[in-house]
Amino acid sequence: MLQVNDLHVSVEGNEILKGLTLTIKAGEVHAIMGPNGAGKSTLSAVIAGKDGYEVTQGTITFEGKDVLEMEIEERAQAGLLLGFQYPVEIPGVKNIYLLKSALNAQRVARGEGEMPAPEFMKLVKEKLGYMKMDASFLQRAVNEGFSGGEKKRNEILQMLVLQPKLAMLDEIDSGLDIDAMKIVADGVNSLRAEDRAILLVTHYQRLLDYIVPDKVHVLVDGRIVKTGDAELAKQLEANGYEGIEESVA
Amino acid sequence: MSDTQTFLDTLKARSPHYKAEPTWIAARRQAGAARFEALGFPTRRDEEWKYTDVRSIAQGNFALADNAEFSQASAAALTLPIDAYRLTFVDGVFSSALSDLDSLPSSVQVLPLSKALVENHEAVGGPLGRLTGVDFSPFAALNTAFMEEGAVVRIAPGTVVEKPILLQFLSRAGQPVMCHPRILVEAGGRSEATLIEHYTGESEATNFTNVVGELMLDRGAILAHYKLQEAPLGDMHVASIHVEQSRDTRYTSYNLSLGGALVRNDLISDLNGQGAETNFLGLFFGQGRQHVDNHTKVNHNAPLTFSNENYKGILDDRAHGVFNGKVYVKRDSQKIEGFQSNQNLLLSDRAHIDAKPELEIYADDVKCSHGTTTGQLDEEAIYALRTRGIDEATARGLLTLAFAGEVLDKVSLDAIAERVELAVAGKLPERFNLAGLVEAAAALND
Repeated sequence: MLQVNDLHVSVEGNEILKGLTLTIKAGEVHAIMGPNGAGKSTLSAVIAGKDGYEVTQGTITFEGKDVLEMEIEERAQAGLLLGFQYPVEIPGVKNIYLLKSALNAQRVARGEGEMPAPEFMKLVKEKLGYMKMDASFLQRAVNEGFSGGEKKRNEILQMLVLQPKLAMLDEIDSGLDIDAMKIVADGVNSLRAEDRAILLVTHYQRLLDYIVPDKVHVLVDGRIVKTGDAELAKQLEANGYEGIEESVA
Repeated sequence: MSDTQTFLDTLKARSPHYKAEPTWIAARRQAGAARFEALGFPTRRDEEWKYTDVRSIAQGNFALADNAEFSQASAAALTLPIDAYRLTFVDGVFSSALSDLDSLPSSVQVLPLSKALVENHEAVGGPLGRLTGVDFSPFAALNTAFMEEGAVVRIAPGTVVEKPILLQFLSRAGQPVMCHPRILVEAGGRSEATLIEHYTGESEATNFTNVVGELMLDRGAILAHYKLQEAPLGDMHVASIHVEQSRDTRYTSYNLSLGGALVRNDLISDLNGQGAETNFLGLFFGQGRQHVDNHTKVNHNAPLTFSNENYKGILDDRAHGVFNGKVYVKRDSQKIEGFQSNQNLLLSDRAHIDAKPELEIYADDVKCSHGTTTGQLDEEAIYALRTRGIDEATARGLLTLAFAGEVLDKVSLDAIAERVELAVAGKLPERFNLAGLVEAAAALND
């Protein structure tokens, strides 16, 4: 589904990713872990298309298409969706409007036509229930005045409504208490499907107790230095990243 | 020949039209002409016109239209889809064919000025020119010199006018013409009404509209006043609107300025009685080389009066906006509240705004605030919307509408809100913020 090959990325002349290679297949849940500054967030930002990241070498393909040639919105329309570590507040744009216009923009781009309003409302209601969010959230401006936990739940709500093929979640656990973490994890787990992949970027192993990944990658200094299964995350929890760095060195 | 002389010559050529008019009108017309001749067109040396160059009007040669021909189909396409009592003017000339006063209750009068002057000119003579006289500005003087047509609206005390009263001004393409409409509104005590001024026309038009509005609200009257200015992009538009509010009245102005090459609005409210409240909501949108100037003034002439002003400017390309808002508190007008906010959004590096909020206070127990800000769209928010599959142009449109939201949300007439949305953001995939889904979402809680 997603193929990242020898990816080199610079930000303002500093090379952050130094030859990252990663393959994600449909149905898999991958976790990328690593110390601060390793380039974890850079990877998801580059895949989503954020400005300011220069790809100096390598390729990213999604279902055979060259992601780097696609506009930001085309990536989303193709099914690549990023959940932000720091969701941005959008004053004056209601949550429900964002959900409906985003969903319909994606459906129209895929030639599916807009979803009728009653069907849309039914869908949203069901997903709100999953995220234990009140319908009043729909009328509020996107993330405006939301607590940290509410913002993260809102990101997952968008995932549940938009149903991406590849959901990338950047530090979705940061700033969450244990109850909010469970709700977020339940939401993410409900996304698991044979035709969908999930990429979790996280600093802590804690999240992976709730969302058990198929593969864990350790990212250090711009490269994946080790790949394993869920057990690898537990080792990291016990020994820290330094152990890995030493063993690689 | 001076710019002023061109206009005076046109007036002279028109004089046969005015032969039979009552002497008081002739006298005012002459006073208007004399005042205009003395003042001349304003220049940028005048403080009130510092940021607005009116040479494109002064150096124009505008004829006067002599008919109101306009195809029904084209007019229908321009008319707001609102169930309203409607008077239509084509290049300033009243069109009975495009007007509709069916089922207007007897407690409400809506008349073209020409008819009001024929039927009972004395009744018009008193109020006409009392608020906006020839001294107000050269344009008010010019309007008085040329006054022929416009609208007279009288609402009897206690009347709640169920449907809006729509004054529609259509501008035709062709030889440039000018018109000088006058709008006179007398809202009786405890009456309630909605007045809509709508300026629109054929896209190739290059006319000059110079309107004067005088609105009087008697004790307890409530008036919502929409001015939707969607004039063709080659039109010049000058409006001088003066509102007089007695005790316990509530006036709300929705000044929505979208069209016109050169636009100047003067809006003044006199709060003359305790409990009077005025709300100035404004949205001005400029693109290309449009120039949009809004001058507002609230006069707190009595204690316990309230004003709320919120003007939002959105400027793209090389558009130039002006906001000059003044709150004046007369000596010993205690316990008044006057709030003013002007925020501007510049969508291009070459767009320009001159914003000047002013407070002038001669009382010591008042609550007043004012502020102005100017900014750009939040690029992070545009990125966030795009990552959800919304294309860039739409994302920018959405955020622009969101900026206008505080004003747009208060526009309760959907047909008008939709016009503004379309002008500002283009065709959106969904009605912005989904007015219709609000109820649906609320029902989810049940």
